[in-house]
Amino acid sequence: MTEATAAERRTVLPCIKIDERGQAYVEARRCSACEAVVTSQPVACPSCGARNTLRPFRASERGVLHSYSIVFRSFPGVETPFISAIVDLDDGVTLKGVVRGVEPKPEAIKFGMPLRMAFDDALGRRDREGRSYVSYFFEPA
Amino acid sequence: MLKFSKAAGVGPEVLGAEAALNAMDEAQVSIKDIQALYAGSAFSGGIAQRLQKMIGQTGIPSASVSNACATGATAFREAMFNILAGDSEITLAVGCEVMPRGLLGGAADNGVSAEGLIGSASMPAVFAESGQEHAAKYGTTFAQFAKVSVKNHHHSTFNPKAIYQKETPLEEVMGAEMIAYPNTKLMCSVNVDGAAAAVVMSEREAKRRGLMNRAVKVRASALASDAFQRRNPTMWDVNTATRMAADWAYEKAGLGPDDVDLVELHDCFATAELLHYENLRLCGPGEAGRMIDTGETAIGGRIPVNLSGGLLSKGHPIAATGIANLYELSCHLRGVAGVRQVPGARIGLAHVVGLGTVSAVHILEKAN
Ligand SMILES: [Zn+2]
Repeated sequence: MTEATAAERRTVLPCIKIDERGQAYVEARRCSACEAVVTSQPVACPSCGARNTLRPFRASERGVLHSYSIVFRSFPGVETPFISAIVDLDDGVTLKGVVRGVEPKPEAIKFGMPLRMAFDDALGRRDREGRSYVSYFFEPA
Repeated sequence: MLKFSKAAGVGPEVLGAEAALNAMDEAQVSIKDIQALYAGSAFSGGIAQRLQKMIGQTGIPSASVSNACATGATAFREAMFNILAGDSEITLAVGCEVMPRGLLGGAADNGVSAEGLIGSASMPAVFAESGQEHAAKYGTTFAQFAKVSVKNHHHSTFNPKAIYQKETPLEEVMGAEMIAYPNTKLMCSVNVDGAAAAVVMSEREAKRRGLMNRAVKVRASALASDAFQRRNPTMWDVNTATRMAADWAYEKAGLGPDDVDLVELHDCFATAELLHYENLRLCGPGEAGRMIDTGETAIGGRIPVNLSGGLLSKGHPIAATGIANLYELSCHLRGVAGVRQVPGARIGLAHVVGLGTVSAVHILEKAN
């Protein structure tokens, strides 16, 4: 974690927020009409069309591996291999992310394996103004 | 349809023009007979009017279509609906593409790149994850996915319009450079340029012109977008829209999967083809692995899939693909598909699906 104050800290995705204590978390929304869960900020519920029903909540930091790919060829400047994962959190939120702390080999990766979310610096990446960013990572739980 | 290849410094309208003229010659019409034009390109804007400047500016209604990998299929549908709406008797649909090179896809950027942080947004990885979802549920293996590439490359050896006509044995497919497990380089569609075109005519007009011996009837056309699913779009869902489009098409045609003699489906990656066996109801849930193992979808099998070589070996110029697969079906329904001809083919099904998500299914029938 960086020394910067909460107001200065930036995140890799709009749904990653920093609370007043400086702790990062994922903000999701649940529709009070149909229970659909999203991590985007739609104008109306994309599942049922209801308006003003999407209530923000702090997503769980625990989940299980739903699917994955081991990425060997990526875009320029991105270090490979890494495990690109689809993770179902305990509260119905689904996130895409990278699993760290697991060998990037099919034998080492199990569907349904329990994972926990950790927040960390975004691999040292900086924007044009030289500012650092926070991302989430998944680790075996 | 043009042979797919890497175009040397020409725009998509040049490829589209050649395909359009070929299609009009085949249908024995000229640009003066065409009453509306729908042209698609996923990467170039204003393509319909650019195309008209190449083949004849007759002032007819024209529109440019962009609808991800369903672009060509959408242009075709619009050309058909223009006739059904009573506005015309003869229309032209064209799909043409000059592709950007390199890896397609890319994550949203909130200041720094999210690639390698929020997983991978590359297309090979996205479709690998879709395939691995099937593996998690049904135990589908790397080898089963790889067999799709072996089959489609084999099919392309019978298609002179495919960019490649080369056998790729299983060991070669599995041993090729790993791009995004389980998709190796030979399990990714080929990035090429190309164009395909179709002249669409009312039945009355086709009869009047004495074309019924070669005509192909559109038995059903269906387009579906991504109905809400809990993981989509965090995990792009190519299944739901495909199932919806397929079910609507079967319903409109009054036909079922058993009536279909051949299928051209969206094998953008080898992992995708197996999912679509089930999505298009060619087999039951979890039976796709068996289908590829037993050769049911290979040439000479129960229901041959991607006899053209598919996107994996014929190539995938995005906007051309949706019309090129209608072209492949038409060759079989006319009995002119040569070595790969499905004997006595009467009904063919074509499918495309693009991320975002949108899927089109067409069912074509031999007219006479
Ligand atoms: Zn709702």
